[in-house]
Amino acid sequence: MKIDQISVFLENKSGRLAKVTRVLGEAGINIRALSLADTTDFGILRLIVNDSQKAREVLKENGFTVGKTEVVAVEVEDKPGGLAGILGVLSDHDINVEYMYAFVEQSGENAIIICRFDETDKAIDVLQKNNIAILRGEKLYQF
Amino acid sequence: MIWDKEFETLPREALEALKLKRLQDLVKRVYATVPFYKRAFDERGVKPEDIKSLDDLKILPFTTKQDLRDNYPYGLFAVPLESVVRIHASSGTTGKPTVVGYTRKDIETWAELMARALSAARVTKSDIIHNSYGYGLFTGGLGLHYGAERLGASVIPMSGGNSKKQIMIMEDFGSTILTSTPSYALSLAETAEEMGVDFKKLKLKAGLFGAEPWSEGMREEIEKKLNLSAMDLYGLSEIIGPGVAVECMEAKRGLHVFEDHFIVEVINPKTCETLPYGQRGELVFTTLTKEAFPLIRYRTRDISVLNPELCVCGRTFVRMERVSGRSDDMLIIRGVNVFPSQIESILMNIEGIEPHYLLIVDRKGTMDTLEIQVEVNERVFSDEIKNLQILGKKIEKDIKDFLGVSTMVKLVEPKTIQRSEGKAQRVIDKRKI
Repeated sequence: MKIDQISVFLENKSGRLAKVTRVLGEAGINIRALSLADTTDFGILRLIVNDSQKAREVLKENGFTVGKTEVVAVEVEDKPGGLAGILGVLSDHDINVEYMYAFVEQSGENAIIICRFDETDKAIDVLQKNNIAILRGEKLYQF
Repeated sequence: MIWDKEFETLPREALEALKLKRLQDLVKRVYATVPFYKRAFDERGVKPEDIKSLDDLKILPFTTKQDLRDNYPYGLFAVPLESVVRIHASSGTTGKPTVVGYTRKDIETWAELMARALSAARVTKSDIIHNSYGYGLFTGGLGLHYGAERLGASVIPMSGGNSKKQIMIMEDFGSTILTSTPSYALSLAETAEEMGVDFKKLKLKAGLFGAEPWSEGMREEIEKKLNLSAMDLYGLSEIIGPGVAVECMEAKRGLHVFEDHFIVEVINPKTCETLPYGQRGELVFTTLTKEAFPLIRYRTRDISVLNPELCVCGRTFVRMERVSGRSDDMLIIRGVNVFPSQIESILMNIEGIEPHYLLIVDRKGTMDTLEIQVEVNERVFSDEIKNLQILGKKIEKDIKDFLGVSTMVKLVEPKTIQRSEGKAQRVIDKRKI
């Protein structure tokens, strides 16, 4: 139910993001989804890739600080109000979303929201009980 | 283990008498042979015969780094160059280096002192000493080397640099003792980690580290990462090189100054008055036995404090506390005195922070700014911005609480702060005043 997300520490200077993507590309790793959070001095790049273990290894070899976090991929109907419904359910159960980012599936009619919760297990439990679809890792990595 | 039991455990009274005798000889010698000192004595109306007790040291003039520069290169030598068998020079970061000379007997003395220092760290002739102090003009490499040979240990003259090879040799040759600057020791630890070499599987048991100020936190870090007992070794080329003072393994609290060869004083750097034991100030040394390059009351700029308490190891020599900074690397930030070593101590107390940091001083308008660059490793990294911001704020707050100065912490990527192979560069001062 949980998805592996890797995060990379980046200083705010030109060429760093390019370096990450180049390293991953050269290692044959495909990026499925990403989000970049930034401050004036630094940024954190969060990535869902097809092989997170290998991605961590090659990034570390290239001197990056890399972290691994478990996140949840939630399927949301691609129509007005789709996301609001899900967030409403989570809010009703006092579950806090630390951050989230979205992408749209190539084939389907659904959007995928990658969510980082403060209490991941509880969030999964609530989502399932409310019949909200959670994407399995294998499926997401393979698209 | 005490190398020279007779002198290192000399009862205080006999030691004071020996010091006085040697001081009187020294003063006569420099007055007769070094024009600089004759002039300085005459200006103060001091004659060599005026030294009747150790207390009379106070009437003698100081010698400063500037005096050494003014007499570059050989002006302060007390013997003709044909008696000099070795010349070293200190790293001159600004302008010309300072040049020091040794007679054959000086080299002998130095080797004896370093043998004492190594013995204090329980090094014996069955040890393999991996010497990563730089060989060359710098006194570290050769100073250690001669002491190690005097002791009868096997010394590997590695010098600094080429870290991967250093680790390979440490592993293959079974090095038991490491000698280097503390910052280079940590740099070696990183290289070993990259190579997948575990220090627990190496034979290192102790290390002697010096030539730059370091903190107690950095000692813990070195001991943990390199799996050895880290000992503090003090020296400076002007006085003789490494082997002026050393910690003993028994107490590991303060460095015994080899007082039969050097008189140590602590002065107030502003007023130049001599301070009593227990008060912090600038270390001043007088070399009692050196022939080629004797110095009277040399101001080191190193900040420390002396402890006369008798040590459990049996040595009767006074102990100096680990050097806490240099009066000339003291930064004045908006009127607050800050030593890089103080910041280092604070950083080392924060879980997960690497002992590599860089201080950048600048002036924006009329305000001094102090930026502290700290590397983000996996232990402190988080996928959430707020956690990293909390870390930065915590460092800023700790420094504000301890030192009373506001700073800006900048988190940088790992290994972007330059690693030293000799002395670490910790401060960049961009202020144009």
